[in-house]
Amino acid sequence: MARGIKDKVAILGMGCSKFGERWDSGAEELMLEAYKECLNDAGIDQNQLQAAWFSTAIDEVHVGKSGIPLSMTLRLPNIPVTHVENMCASGTEAFRGACYAVASGAADFALALGVEKLKDTGYGGLPGGRGGPLQALWNANGTAPGNFAQLATAYMTAHGVSGEDLKKAIGHVSWKSHQNGAKNAKAHLQKAVEMDTILNAPMIASPLGLFDCCGVSDGAAAAIVTTPEIAKALGKHDIVSVKALQLSVSNGSESGHNSWDGSYFHTTRIASKKAYEEAGIKNPRDEVSMFEVHDCFSVTELVTMEDLHISETGKGWKDVLDGFYDADGKIPCQIDGGLKCFGHPIGASGLRMLYEMYLQIQGKAGPRQLKNPRIGMTHNLGGAPRENIASVAIVGRYE
Amino acid sequence: MVGIVAYGAYVPRLRLNRQAVYDANKWFAAGLRGLAKGERSMANWDEDSITMAVEASRDCLTSHKAEDVRNIYFASTTHPFKDRQNAGVIGTALNVEQNLSATDIGGSLKAGTSALIAGLNASKDGAPSLVAAADKRMARVASANELNYGDGAAALLCGTENVIARLVGHHSVSMDFVDHFRGEDAEFDYGWEERWIRDEGYSKIVPPAIKAALAACKLTGSDITHFIMPSLMPAVPKLMAKMAGIGEGAVRDLLGASLGDTGSAHALVMLVDALESAKAGDRIMVVAFGQGVDTLVFEVTAEKDKLPKRKGLSGWMARRKEEKNYMKFLAFNDMLPIDKGMRAEFDKKTALSVLWRKRDMIYGLVGGKCKVCGTVQFPRSQVCVNPNCHAIDSQDPYAMAGLECSVMSFTADSLTYSPDPPAYYGMITFPEGGRFMADFTDSDKDQVKVGARMRMTFRIRDNDQMRGGFKRYFWKATPV
Repeated sequence: MARGIKDKVAILGMGCSKFGERWDSGAEELMLEAYKECLNDAGIDQNQLQAAWFSTAIDEVHVGKSGIPLSMTLRLPNIPVTHVENMCASGTEAFRGACYAVASGAADFALALGVEKLKDTGYGGLPGGRGGPLQALWNANGTAPGNFAQLATAYMTAHGVSGEDLKKAIGHVSWKSHQNGAKNAKAHLQKAVEMDTILNAPMIASPLGLFDCCGVSDGAAAAIVTTPEIAKALGKHDIVSVKALQLSVSNGSESGHNSWDGSYFHTTRIASKKAYEEAGIKNPRDEVSMFEVHDCFSVTELVTMEDLHISETGKGWKDVLDGFYDADGKIPCQIDGGLKCFGHPIGASGLRMLYEMYLQIQGKAGPRQLKNPRIGMTHNLGGAPRENIASVAIVGRYE
Repeated sequence: MVGIVAYGAYVPRLRLNRQAVYDANKWFAAGLRGLAKGERSMANWDEDSITMAVEASRDCLTSHKAEDVRNIYFASTTHPFKDRQNAGVIGTALNVEQNLSATDIGGSLKAGTSALIAGLNASKDGAPSLVAAADKRMARVASANELNYGDGAAALLCGTENVIARLVGHHSVSMDFVDHFRGEDAEFDYGWEERWIRDEGYSKIVPPAIKAALAACKLTGSDITHFIMPSLMPAVPKLMAKMAGIGEGAVRDLLGASLGDTGSAHALVMLVDALESAKAGDRIMVVAFGQGVDTLVFEVTAEKDKLPKRKGLSGWMARRKEEKNYMKFLAFNDMLPIDKGMRAEFDKKTALSVLWRKRDMIYGLVGGKCKVCGTVQFPRSQVCVNPNCHAIDSQDPYAMAGLECSVMSFTADSLTYSPDPPAYYGMITFPEGGRFMADFTDSDKDQVKVGARMRMTFRIRDNDQMRGGFKRYFWKATPV
């Protein structure tokens, strides 16, 4: 295996805007909101930035293409800005770019910033109709909820889980995220919700009801990365370093070959395994302190916890019901509320997940602070179960 | 000897309850009460004359190879395209292009019989001709036509080998008797008084035409076992038979009670109905009226009993779901300015160049089969999808429209825009190999399950109303 990224890059500063239906803000205001916090936290001058990565996924409804919107909005000092897009995994992609720039020695300070302004479309849910001219001729008339709902159908079939049990388990996933989101002042949804409300909510795409689906939010998040040595030289303590960055992208075998049963994420299994190797983690169920995973839908989180090799395949729903992933469970998951409650401004989400890990490891997570977390893992997924991008990152104390 | 060698039909699954229509409209049109009986077929929102003709043609070709067809005649008064070969779409959907002549025939309710005459004449030297007829006519709200019309299709394969119904003879007269018309800009028919049509039209034009046809065939009226003559006036066929010396017992049922009048297709739909029950030696007369008269006489042969089983009219009639929601009928036919929401606004512009390059995939549902590992896949791609193969440029075309498949996963989506929510779709897998995420149609909650057996059906996917109604067709899965 290649030498990997472990401990070559440190997070110098991070920032995150308030997520939600930001009727008051366009993408530019959101970007600046996250950036100001990030730059202040990093404690450097903007002119020290040497490269930037800018992530958005549905840029055609807000900033448009290229790196120019970031450079213009922040008035960056004419440095390289790369616009990255990898569907809902775009945020982690920006982070990956910035980290590799630092690890390669090409930059001492690199910025990753993700933003999505979705609430200027005039309707709820994600904008549709963005495939190419061939896809438009044959792809099913589907939506994200409909694609992920089928993960639930297939999971029940593969593991003989009853509809009632699954509905309870995925209901608990959302219940837990609402409990957590209620303690997060930056979250889109900050209200705890009763289980009955979750279970009896209107159906969006069967078997997923309203509370099984994350909302559509506006927001931005940012990170400035450097090397651990520079961070130390700048007088930083409690340094958070990058332990692993892995990405796995579908090649069509799930959607086109009958070997996949639809009940799991092929890519997440691959990316997480590689990430543990890169980070030197032998037993993730014991070594990882907390997770922020891509809970675009409740069932996604449930299945992902198996594909990250934490819960046994087909048994994740039992761990969920046992409270294993609750705030007071063995490995808290979505301690900030997750996509479900913190929100899902697509291009920012991967960075938002890292933001929570960063705060927690530094002990700055306020009312939701966990006790002494050392290793945090993020999982950022783009696409649908049958064709997707699984992006995982592991960060932890630099020791 | 030329004649019919195979038959097929198609009837949409939905049957609109006429009482429900009457109940909604009786405040305005109380006089329709006499028609408020039984049901009429009702196309799903994704069906038109092309899709119904494709289904009828597939039914007809159950026993024959599509690639042997040399001519396709497609009769309709509701061809989806004014300028684009509608019959050619049927050919592409059947995966026939080479050595094929495709012709649209329309403009009259006798278009179906005119197409059949053309098909029979074109097949005299042995080149098989497929004759398809379908109509999906619109009618004004609270009109008699709205209750009388039905949607449906028939298909007949003409040829000289293993003829099941030999053509004895045919005769036509053409005269511009305008009982009704539909002008270029009109959606609906405009008709004259029924009594005038009966007395001055049918009664004076049809009997002489029938007599001329009988004379040409060297037959008399009593030789006719089955008399087929569509008409919106149920008494007229009986009257015409009587005037021509044809026994009342020979007059075939108009199928009005459960299907409705399928327009230019109806004579052929009734012919399929007759062929299903006819015996060797039976003589069938088909008469269609529409600015003249077409008359055809067939004699059923012993080959008829050897024709492999197909769904036929009776099979499609038996696949039935009652629809009592008249509002749904109006909405499906764009007769109701329903609030479709912003998700219905996504642009449906079709890249015609892409459609041309991928026509076998999109219209023919042709996938690929890897020569190296044998994996069947859809769509066909340059690199084999099998993770243990990935051979390059290794795939032969593999037709999948006729294969059964099953549901691996599915959902009922209430978020996406569908004219008939919730939208059912899911991953379908073919036992031969291959899978894709497909829209489902004609599907109900109790039918769609993991493992459910499905067949593929050619349907409208989108209608690009911004550009005058370019219809995108593709294949959907429907419960077997």
